Amino acid sequence: MLNAAWEFVLHPADDARTAADYLGQVADQRFSIAAAGPSRTMRRTWLDTFDWRLYRAGLNLEHASGRGISELVLTARDGEIVASAAPTPAPRWPALLDQLPVGPLREHLGGIIGVRALLPVVRATSVRTQRRALNADAKTIAMLSVDQTTITQPRRAATRGRITVSALRGYQTQASKLADALAKAPGVAPAERSAFETAVRAAGLGPGDYTSKVDVRLTAQMPAGLAVAMVLTRLFDTAEANVPATTRDVDTEFLHDLRIAVRRTRSVLKLAGSVLPAGMSARYRPEFKWLGDLTTPTRDLDVYLLGYPDMARKLVSATELDLSPFHDHLMRQRDASQRQLARGLRSARYRRLASRWRHDLEQVSASPGRRPSAGKFAASRIARAHQRVLDGGRAIDAASPPQALHDLRKSCKELRYVLEVFASLHDPAEQWRAVNELKALQDCLGEFQDTEVQRAELRAFATQMMADRSAPAETLLAMGEIAAALAVRQRSARSEFAGRFSEFASARGQAKITALTWTAA
Amino acid sequence: MKVMAAYNIKGGVGKTAAAVNLAYLAAADGFRVLLWDLDPQAAASFLFRVRPRVKGGGKALIAGKRPVDDAIKATDFENLDLLPADFTYRNLDLHLDSERKSATRLRSLLVPLRREYDLVVLDCPPSISLLSENVLHAADLLLVPLIPTTLSVRTLDQLTEFIEGFDHKQPMILAFMSMVDRRKRLHREIAEGLPAQRADVAATAIPAMSAIERMSLQRAPVTASAPRGQAALHYRNLWQEARDRAGLRLRSPQGRART
Repeated sequence: MLNAAWEFVLHPADDARTAADYLGQVADQRFSIAAAGPSRTMRRTWLDTFDWRLYRAGLNLEHASGRGISELVLTARDGEIVASAAPTPAPRWPALLDQLPVGPLREHLGGIIGVRALLPVVRATSVRTQRRALNADAKTIAMLSVDQTTITQPRRAATRGRITVSALRGYQTQASKLADALAKAPGVAPAERSAFETAVRAAGLGPGDYTSKVDVRLTAQMPAGLAVAMVLTRLFDTAEANVPATTRDVDTEFLHDLRIAVRRTRSVLKLAGSVLPAGMSARYRPEFKWLGDLTTPTRDLDVYLLGYPDMARKLVSATELDLSPFHDHLMRQRDASQRQLARGLRSARYRRLASRWRHDLEQVSASPGRRPSAGKFAASRIARAHQRVLDGGRAIDAASPPQALHDLRKSCKELRYVLEVFASLHDPAEQWRAVNELKALQDCLGEFQDTEVQRAELRAFATQMMADRSAPAETLLAMGEIAAALAVRQRSARSEFAGRFSEFASARGQAKITALTWTAA
Repeated sequence: MKVMAAYNIKGGVGKTAAAVNLAYLAAADGFRVLLWDLDPQAAASFLFRVRPRVKGGGKALIAGKRPVDDAIKATDFENLDLLPADFTYRNLDLHLDSERKSATRLRSLLVPLRREYDLVVLDCPPSISLLSENVLHAADLLLVPLIPTTLSVRTLDQLTEFIEGFDHKQPMILAFMSMVDRRKRLHREIAEGLPAQRADVAATAIPAMSAIERMSLQRAPVTASAPRGQAALHYRNLWQEARDRAGLRLRSPQGRART
């Protein structure tokens, strides 16, 4: 088993043949380097989720394959191997967690990538020569790999030759001395970046360059029109980045991020459309509503399917087997709604929306008008959205219908989005406190509303399944049990609401939001 | 994880040769293997060119003051690690005796390795002692090399009787004829007759061969240094019998050996 690793790059002009000379130079009384084995050509694929979860967790995942070899290795940034597997046949990328072989690697990845697919970030071809480093007893203490790597996707690029010293288990100290000696050899320099980062940069990508957050830098003095156009452009960048994989149904989170970007866009148009040129907000609001509605059925089914294992596990009277026709029904429904979603995203209507929207936003950015300033505008919009939440919440009592809580939830979302899109105008600590205060109320309202919607959907599913005769009695009974569990959760959320809202509407809770209206102004 | 132990009261009967070759063949089959050289003479460690030294010695290992994991060294062969011998292992009986549940201490020490290895092979020193008792409790399969003599057969009977007295888990026994000299009539008769008479004796016999003796010069298992030779062939046959007896299954489609 290989353990700690040290990595070096070769002088740009040198290749693998001269690397052999470097290795010859480090041999002394303590070490010798065995003759090189035959060179092998390896296909290398570095993998990560679309939102770089592995990179952000300080990990690299590489799949190396060649003649008779298929190795999937997860390493820490310092080169230490965290877990590995030898999947045969080699997985087809993108792949979800359950498409990887059972074992420690899958377990480790599960806690980090969750439901996200592993995508090929960079593909490359390496000519690899391996040599053994031996101690005075001719025992192997480390493996030396010399790689000449050419990036093949997403674009072709050559990289500098690279030597990796991998200690054998129990020989870290001796291998470290060997690495020290190698670092002093002429033409060799310690690698400043991992092979993964080197490959990613050579391919013209920035590791960690995707986030679904609205990360635009606004200033309080800039015209509000420009700030809103920057925010809307960023939101549409996020939406469009997720469209291809949503269409191909790579994993559920592409649709989720697309949907959030569309919802945020709709909120910004509603709350801040007045600083855009006349008629622009009114023209695009129905289009983004169409886009949002297009995503709803598939997302609702995703929520059901993602929660399905937990739902099935919690059955008390019925068994998981009783529920399986319901699962089949959900899958059929999802397949149909996904096809409809993909059609919508490939449609002329979507293409027209995208091109016109970008064009109009560019126009606004070019001549945004001077007044009001972004700071004042953000403060007034936050204050207005905040007041709407307070008014809506105060009007709710024990006799209020579910719709009143649903409307309040929508007001809370609008406040949340307006806080998030103008986040760069705020002190980060105050922003965090305000969002946290709001989030507690949103969670409670979300639980109430989601369980309400799910119960209604469950009734609709049962009716459909009865109509197409795909629901045996035991399945309907199991679905009834789920409906009862949802009702219990909903009642619990309803009883929590008064406490949550009074905390949010208290002087202390209000101060957390109003603090932002001062800093933004 | 399965545990196999090469054990005999007598020394010089081919325990280490069997342990290193079977461990190597298991690793070559894709099993993740740990070979623990329990013999202070350190022959297995020598054959794999690993220095016979364990930090803190056998005492720290047995007392659990140093995790077994820390003392493990990779060999030059894929999937095969070694827990080396240490000269302090000559006192293992004393250290074991000072532990609670002294007869099953070795088995407890192996528990944390279950996720990492499919097979542990114990190369035991020749003795009948508290360490031997620990080995017998830890092992799923005892590999007992026998020189084909009448006294050896009697030793096997004594061992079987001793194990039958265990209250709970009893290891299976797979004895095999070792260092068989075909020129000797008694060797030939016992080596041919005994496997037919007893289910606990392997059909494979390991002959006395200079290739096996030369392992100490090559410092590698003969199955690795001369994989096509006669000696390797015999050990491969023995490994197949041991593997089947221990219930180890060969590679799965996922590329990993399965236990």
